[in-house]
Amino acid sequence: MGFFFEVLIGGLLSGVLYALVALGFVLIYKASGVFNFAQGAMVFFAALTFVGFQALLPGWTGLEEGSVMVFWLAFILALASMIVLGILTEKVVLRPLVNQPQITLFMATIGLSFLVEGIAQAIWGANVRALDLGIADEPIGWILDSADMIVSSFDVFAAALAGILVAALALFFQYTKVGRALRAVADDHQAALSIGIPLQHIWAIVWGVAGFVALVAGLIWGARSGVQFALTFTALKALPVLILGGFTSVPGAIVGGLIIGASEKLAEVYIGPFVGGGIEGWFPYMLALFFLLVRPEGLFGEKHIDRV
Amino acid sequence: MLYREAGQFKASYKEDQQIFPIRQDRVGMAVILAIFFLAVPMFASEYWLQAILIPVLIFSLAAIGLNILTGYAGQLSLGSAAFMAVGAFGAYNFMLRIDGMPFIVALILGGLCSALVGVAFGLPSLRIKGFYLAVATLAAQFFIVWALVKFPWFSNHSSSGVISAQEVNILGFAFDTPVLKYLLTLAVVVVLALLAKNLVRSTTGRRWMAVRDMDVAAEVIGIRPMRAKLSAFAVSSFYCGVAGALYAYTYLGTVEPEGFNLDLSFKILFMIIIGGVGSILGSFLGAAFIVLLPIFLNVFMHSVFAGSLPAGLGSNLELIVFGGLIIFFLIVEPHGLARLWTLAKDKLRLWPFPH
Amino acid sequence: MMNDMAQDATAEGGRRIGEVILDLQHISLSFGGVNALTDISFDVREHEIRSIIGPNGAGKSSMLNVMNGVYHPQKGNILFRGEPRQKMDPHTAAAQGIARTFQNIALFKGMTVLDNIMTGRNLKMKCNLLEHALFWGKAQREEIEHRKKVEDVIDFLEIQSIRKTPVGRLPYGLQKRVELGRALAAEPTLLLLDEPMAGMNVEEKQDMCRFILDVNDQFGTTIVLIEHDMGVVMDISDRVVVLDYGKKIGDGPPDEVKNNADVIAAYLGTSH
Repeated sequence: MGFFFEVLIGGLLSGVLYALVALGFVLIYKASGVFNFAQGAMVFFAALTFVGFQALLPGWTGLEEGSVMVFWLAFILALASMIVLGILTEKVVLRPLVNQPQITLFMATIGLSFLVEGIAQAIWGANVRALDLGIADEPIGWILDSADMIVSSFDVFAAALAGILVAALALFFQYTKVGRALRAVADDHQAALSIGIPLQHIWAIVWGVAGFVALVAGLIWGARSGVQFALTFTALKALPVLILGGFTSVPGAIVGGLIIGASEKLAEVYIGPFVGGGIEGWFPYMLALFFLLVRPEGLFGEKHIDRV
Repeated sequence: MLYREAGQFKASYKEDQQIFPIRQDRVGMAVILAIFFLAVPMFASEYWLQAILIPVLIFSLAAIGLNILTGYAGQLSLGSAAFMAVGAFGAYNFMLRIDGMPFIVALILGGLCSALVGVAFGLPSLRIKGFYLAVATLAAQFFIVWALVKFPWFSNHSSSGVISAQEVNILGFAFDTPVLKYLLTLAVVVVLALLAKNLVRSTTGRRWMAVRDMDVAAEVIGIRPMRAKLSAFAVSSFYCGVAGALYAYTYLGTVEPEGFNLDLSFKILFMIIIGGVGSILGSFLGAAFIVLLPIFLNVFMHSVFAGSLPAGLGSNLELIVFGGLIIFFLIVEPHGLARLWTLAKDKLRLWPFPH
Repeated sequence: MMNDMAQDATAEGGRRIGEVILDLQHISLSFGGVNALTDISFDVREHEIRSIIGPNGAGKSSMLNVMNGVYHPQKGNILFRGEPRQKMDPHTAAAQGIARTFQNIALFKGMTVLDNIMTGRNLKMKCNLLEHALFWGKAQREEIEHRKKVEDVIDFLEIQSIRKTPVGRLPYGLQKRVELGRALAAEPTLLLLDEPMAGMNVEEKQDMCRFILDVNDQFGTTIVLIEHDMGVVMDISDRVVVLDYGKKIGDGPPDEVKNNADVIAAYLGTSH
């Protein structure tokens, strides 16, 4: 039983990361109705940019390598890059495609993901880069002693960080003026425009926030498994998360992420051996697919009535 | 002047419903076929045949497949490469396990396997639309490749699922040179392309397009959305499957499941976006464009950097150019190269007297 | 098309109103607690023009959607040609000979006028996918045979010159006409028209009225019509049903309905 919980907790913690990427999708989808396939590429871009600046800054400024100062400077520069990238995306790619079918926008973001990946690697190189956040990745002693389970301190830290981020976002959207405006925009673009909500403004803010979420996700993920191209594939798992949680629901993204994370690890451990292993690669998609057949609108998505 | 249909009166609906109703198109088509069947085999080098013409033809077929599903029936798929894999491994196993299996039959059976798998993964399309479905097709992409690697039966117990295509032999005649492989590929692709053209201009095609354009209205006039979508999945996967089998038998010779990865699926999607969504001709143009672009970029980069090419820059440039072009085409010319061709024809109708 | 039915066109006024073809009994429909239709009963007789009128949001379109199976009412019975029908999908309705147009044009935007109208005949096309792929023999003959019928519809609606134009490029009035054509191509016995004249100018309205009357007259097609233009409704309908807030408040010949106090109240907003 201890082993079961160990796997479950490990899965839930990696699910937190899926949830973080999915959160970026949900924000953009709510604000502009775009299913941003490039969110995974943006996570990669953010992490790579951070690592790149972190390596360059000591040489530029004479600051000590690995110092707190360098970390925050690199963080700010990477965040600024993400915001610029987000605003450029909105202006150059999405604005001209306003009123096009959703499927066209979706395909455009597939193109965008190639573009972003290419640019990221052209600037920073295609090597796997190590990322150290200074948090130990070792079993937490008291859990190991008392329950005989291996739970990584890093995973717990990541989960806590993600939790704080989600809570902050939820508060931001619930209680600030921008948040209200965003919800209005998500509901109806035209109506929001007509009562004087500056659409462009809101979009810029949302892309900025999505960039921030991507950066945090990229940092945690990069610290776990190195900053590398494979991040973009892992980030694809945010898609089944969205199907489970519904495209428009922040809590849905979180719960969906946890379900996907936990179930894929459990499936790998308990079903995998019977079929040769490696089922983590497709299990989330199959789960999402079967889920779609039962409940197409997702766990928390709104049920849609077709009007004729 | 050269391209003017004035004076070509159609006296019957039969004439109006020909596959190429305009005389110049018929002549043009005949000339193009003559060039590709007769002139190319005589003059093209082995490199051109093997590295350019054969892959362009095969990818055209896969692009037609995806275009049927996405362009005509409106169902986005990100799993085309996996359906190619099913076709390739299907044909391989029919050739392997049944004595005296004729190649063409194995090709068709491989395509049919792919069609079956396509229908299975198309079932969710009855409940879900748009990018929900795109995500569902990712399940097909990852699952199929995984299954082909993990179950050694599919690859006759070779390591990591690599298969080597058997010799292609039709009626005792061995297709073993690049020219012969090219001609075989060309023949298969031309026949299937014409059949596809027929399909999309018939009731089947109209049903697909009706479901694509407005599914509620389609249902109200008696189209069964389920049947229309599943038939699109079946035909689309069949085409992808045959393309996959050709990919193994006339192009690479040796293939592994991992070769049919998500990247290849994206490439096929890019072909139809750039070539023209909802156009058979566009499938060819897009395939040619996507196959030729990296070759062109490579030559270009080598001439710019003269041998001191920074490592990895080439592949990154490819990503950037592909991504940029997709966005460019979607914004500027969503109907792709095929639309540019139509516009050129419109100009030609009036040329040289544009008033 | 439909020559056999045209023979019914006798008796006074050139037409003979026949038996009840569609009988709606105590229909109630709600969406997540919101009542769209409450206990509505009325019938449609063969060969008549039956109008449904009412203010915006009265449930007129919902009524049509119930008739051809897009919506399934929670309560009530529907009898079509005397047969009670349970849950059924729009496809079955189409197969039974019910065709319709939509309030917001629902044409297939990427297809030409000809293809749109050809699609209307899809239930009568029997060839399978393989025959279509070969486009030879049977499939070709079938295509030509139906093309002739479609050309009849095109002639009838006087849209010959635009037959190969993609419908997305046509002006609104013509799109409405093409949509009528698509419905007619199915040779329906019951035709449901949802505001066929909305947004049209006087001339276009006159044309559309003429087409509707001609269809009814020449082919004997039963028509259920939703329309806001009272002049048109009172002119061409045999009987009118009036809905308000999902309830039936009037039913009868135009003259009777015109003088119904409840109807006047609903339209003029006076309290009663």
